[in-house]
Amino acid sequence: MSSTWEIVIGMEVHVQPRTRSKMFCGCAIGELGDPPNTHVCEVCLGLPGVLPVPNKAAVEACLKTALALGCEIPRHTKFDRKNYMYPDLPKGYQISQYDLPMSVNGHLEVGGHKVRIRRVHLEEDTGKLVHAGDKLHKAWESYVDLNRAGVPLMEIVTEPDIRSADQARDYAMELRTLLRTIGASEADMEKGQLRAEPNVSIRRQGSEELGVKTELKNINSFRALHRAILFEVDRHRQVLESGGTVVQETRGWSEAEQRTFSQRSKELAEDYRYFPEPDIPPLELDPPWIERLREALPEMPAPRRERLVRAHGLPASDVAVIGADRELADLFEGAVATGAAAKQVANWIVGEVAPTGKLPSAANLGELVKLVTDGSITRDQGREVLAESVETGRTPAEIVAEHGFQQVSDESELRVLAQAVIDANPKAAADFRGGKKQAMQALMAELRKRAPQANPRAANEVLIRLLS
Amino acid sequence: MTDDLTRLTVKEAHRLLRLGSVSAADMVTAHVERIERLDPHVKAYLRFTPELWEKQAAEADRLIHEGESRPLLGIPIAIKDVLCVRGVETTAGSQILKGFRPPYTATAVQRLFDAGALMLGVTNCDEFAMGSSTENSSYFPTRNPWDLERVPGGSSGGSAAAVAAGEAMIALGTDTGGSIRQPAALCGVVGMKPTYGRVSRYGLIAFASSLDQVGPFARSVDDAAVVLSLMSGFDPLDATSSERPGMEVLNNYGAGVKGMRLGVPREYYDVKGIEPGVKAAIDAALAVLRMQGAETVDVSLPHTDYGLAAYYIIAPAECSSNLARFDGVRYGLSEVDAPNITEQYLETRRKGFGGEVLRRVMLGTYALSSGYYDAYYLKAQKVRTLIKRDFDEAFKKCDAIVSATSPTVAFPLGAKTQDPLSMYLCDVLTLGGNLAGLPGISVPCGTSDGLPVGLQVLAPQWGENVALRVARAYEEASQVTAQVADVV
Repeated sequence: MSSTWEIVIGMEVHVQPRTRSKMFCGCAIGELGDPPNTHVCEVCLGLPGVLPVPNKAAVEACLKTALALGCEIPRHTKFDRKNYMYPDLPKGYQISQYDLPMSVNGHLEVGGHKVRIRRVHLEEDTGKLVHAGDKLHKAWESYVDLNRAGVPLMEIVTEPDIRSADQARDYAMELRTLLRTIGASEADMEKGQLRAEPNVSIRRQGSEELGVKTELKNINSFRALHRAILFEVDRHRQVLESGGTVVQETRGWSEAEQRTFSQRSKELAEDYRYFPEPDIPPLELDPPWIERLREALPEMPAPRRERLVRAHGLPASDVAVIGADRELADLFEGAVATGAAAKQVANWIVGEVAPTGKLPSAANLGELVKLVTDGSITRDQGREVLAESVETGRTPAEIVAEHGFQQVSDESELRVLAQAVIDANPKAAADFRGGKKQAMQALMAELRKRAPQANPRAANEVLIRLLS
Repeated sequence: MTDDLTRLTVKEAHRLLRLGSVSAADMVTAHVERIERLDPHVKAYLRFTPELWEKQAAEADRLIHEGESRPLLGIPIAIKDVLCVRGVETTAGSQILKGFRPPYTATAVQRLFDAGALMLGVTNCDEFAMGSSTENSSYFPTRNPWDLERVPGGSSGGSAAAVAAGEAMIALGTDTGGSIRQPAALCGVVGMKPTYGRVSRYGLIAFASSLDQVGPFARSVDDAAVVLSLMSGFDPLDATSSERPGMEVLNNYGAGVKGMRLGVPREYYDVKGIEPGVKAAIDAALAVLRMQGAETVDVSLPHTDYGLAAYYIIAPAECSSNLARFDGVRYGLSEVDAPNITEQYLETRRKGFGGEVLRRVMLGTYALSSGYYDAYYLKAQKVRTLIKRDFDEAFKKCDAIVSATSPTVAFPLGAKTQDPLSMYLCDVLTLGGNLAGLPGISVPCGTSDGLPVGLQVLAPQWGENVALRVARAYEEASQVTAQVADVV
C-alpha cells in the first residue's frame, strides 16, 4: 500500500436477531441444510390475501442492539416496501425500513477508534435460488427455497469511518461480541447470522473527498473480510495509479480464487420505489418501554475488558479471549470471586474451557483452580476433574474424593513406591547413579504411571535421595 | 312457496328456520332453483360451491334440531371472488389466478361460517376489484337484475346483483373506492363499507391495502348491521385491524334520527354530472329524514375535486406493489416456456392481467418512481390528509353526512368502457370515505326512470352505528326497502 493513499471503509452488516419465529409470520427459523421449503406458510410464501404481522421479539432485539450502540430511538418508526422482482422474493417486494428507521446516530469503539453508526433497522430476508448448471445465465433449471424468506434481519450501517482492513475486521468482531453480550443474536458468520458487506474506497492522503466505492459481498468469515478488503484496496490502487477510474459496483468475494469479481454495476441500479408499508401501522416506540430495555442491558464488552485489565491484571492475550464472550467473562469473574487466583483462573479458561466451549459453573471452576494451585491434585488430574464436573455438574471436591485423586505427599508412602520403581528398573537406576541425569525422566514416568496421585515434586526428591 | 324463501330478509328467514317451518336444506334448494332459472341471465356467479352448502346445510339442520341458535344459521350467502375460501377456486376475477385454491379462509368469511351461514358460490367482480361496472371481469360482465342491458355497478357487481335478484340473502363485497356502496345503489340493495380497520382484511386479495375494506350486501339495514357486527373485531392476522369491540357497531342504532344533524356537503349535492332524477330522489329522502326530526345542515368538503386525482395515484401505487407477487413462479398462470425469468414475468403478466389492471399497475409504478414520487405519491398523500381534515371539520357541524351514492343510475353495458375517466367518475361520491377511512352505507331511496337510486350516509371514524341509525330511520320512515327483482 502506497503511503499516499488513505483507505475509507463503511460497513453494512446484516444480523439475524435471536427469535423463534420469522419476521412477519409464525414459521420457525430453520437450520442450514433443512429440506427446502419446509419452514414456510401462506404469509412467507406471499400467497394472495395474506398479511404481515411484525414479530415483537425481533423489534426488541433490534432496539436492544440500537441502545447498546448508543443510538437515538425515535418516537415513531415504520416499515416500507422495497419493490423489485426476483424469484427468491415471494411478494415482489421486501419489507424493510427506509426513511424512519428504528434508530440512528450511534457509535462503536474499536481499538480506541470511534466508528459512527448511521442507522440500525429491521427487515426480512429473501429466499434462496439453487441453479442446475454452473452459472445463472446458463442454468437450465432453477429451484427456489423459501425457508429463509421472511427471516428477520437487522441492518447495521456505519459512516465511512473505518481506515484499514484490520479495523474493519475488528469492527465486525467487536460487533459480534456486543450482539452476543446483549443476547440479540448468536451472530455466527458461518451460519449466515452475521453478514458483513464493506463499502471500500481509497483517496489521496489528506483529501476530503470520498473516492468511488465498491461494495463487497459473499464474505463468510472474518478472515475473508480482511482478505477481501486487502485485495480490493490493492485493486483500487492499481486502477487509480494506472490512470483508470474505479467503477461503482457490487463485487463478490471468491474464496476459491481469493479475489473479488464484478457482480452488478450500480449504473444500472434499480429504482426500488420505496413507499410506506400499508399493511403495518407505524410503530409507536413508547419511551418507558425503551427505558426498560435500556435498563435491562448487561455491561458492555469494552468497559468490561477494561475492568479485566484494571482489577485483575490480566494480560491482553487473556482479555482477548475472555472479554470476547460474555459467558466466559462471567465465568472468570465468578470463579475469581470464590477466592481462586485470577491469573490461574484465566489460564484454565483460556487453555481448557474456551477450546471445548463447555462451561463449568463458576463455583466449580474456582474450587478446581484452588485444588490445583494448593497442590492437592495435579494439573493432569485437574483436567479430568474439570471434564467430569462439566459433564455431571458435581463439585471437583466430590470427584477428587471418589477417584482418590488426592495427591500423595506422605514421605513413607512415597518411599515404598520409589523403591518399587527402582527395583523394577535396574538399568535406569544404574544410569542415573552413573551420572545420566536424564534417566530420572524414565523413573518418574514409571512412578506416575503406577501412582498418578503422587505429588511429583515430593516423589522426585524421594527418588534422588534413594539413588544417592 | 320455495321461491318466496328467496325474498326473505335474514331476520324473517331466521324466524322460519328456528320455528322449524323450513330447513336449511329448503333454503338451499329454493336458492339453487332460483339461481338455475335466473343466473344464466344475470350472471352474478362465477362458481358454485355445492361441496360447501351441502355440508353446511346438513350441519345447520343438525344444530337447529338440537335447539342451538346462531345468528346466521341456515342463511345462504355469496362471496366475492376476492375473498379466499379454503379449497375453493378464488381468482379475483382474473385469469392470472385461474385454478388457484387457497389453503386458508378469509377471516371475515370464516366468522360468517362460524355464525352458521351457508355458502352458495363465488360472485363475479371487476378484475382485482378495479372497476365500477363489473365489465372488467376477465370472465364475463354481470347484468343489472332490474335491466339486463345495464351494468350492476362494481367492482362487487356480482354480489350486489345476487342479493338484488334473490340469488343470495347476503353477499360479501369489498370497497376500495365505492365498490360496495355504488353497486348496492345501482342494484337497489343495502351495502355497507365499515371504518378502515373494523373488519379483518386477512384473506382479502389486496387491491389497495390502505383503502380496502370488506362489507356486506343485504336487503335490509338490520341484516347489514347484524352481518357487519359478526365480521367485526380484532384479528391477530391483520396488524391494521382494530381492537375495538365489533358489537359496538350496533350501539343504539335503532334510536331514530330525531335531533340529529345531517350534513349535506354542497360539493356532493351539486356534483358535476349528477342526474336530475337522482337529485330528486335524494331531495325526497332528505325531506323524509327532516320529517323524522333530523335537521339538515350545509357543510363543505372543499378538497373533493382533488380526491379523485389523489385516489387514482394512491390506489394504483399500492396495487402496483400488491400485484407484483403474481409472477408465475409459485401459483396461478405461469408462462414457463419463456427463455428467461424476465420474459417469464412479462409473458405471464401480459397474458394474465386485463387492460385496466395493466393500466393501473403502470400508473402506480410511474407514481412511485424515483424523481416522480414527490410530485405524485407524496402529494397525493398530502391531499389525503386534507380530505380527512375536511371530514373532521364537517363532522364538527353534523353527526353524519348524507348524499347520493352514485351521481347516476345504472348505465348501459359498454357505455363507459372506452373512456376510463368517465368510469372513474362513478366513484366521486364514495372514494372520499375510503381516503378518510370512514364508514359509509348505501340504502335504496326510490328510483329514477325505473332504476334504483342509493342514499349514502357517511359517519365519523368508528361511527358505523351512527350511519346505520340514519339508514335504518330512513328505511323505516320511507317504507322504501330493497326489493327482489323479478328479472325474467
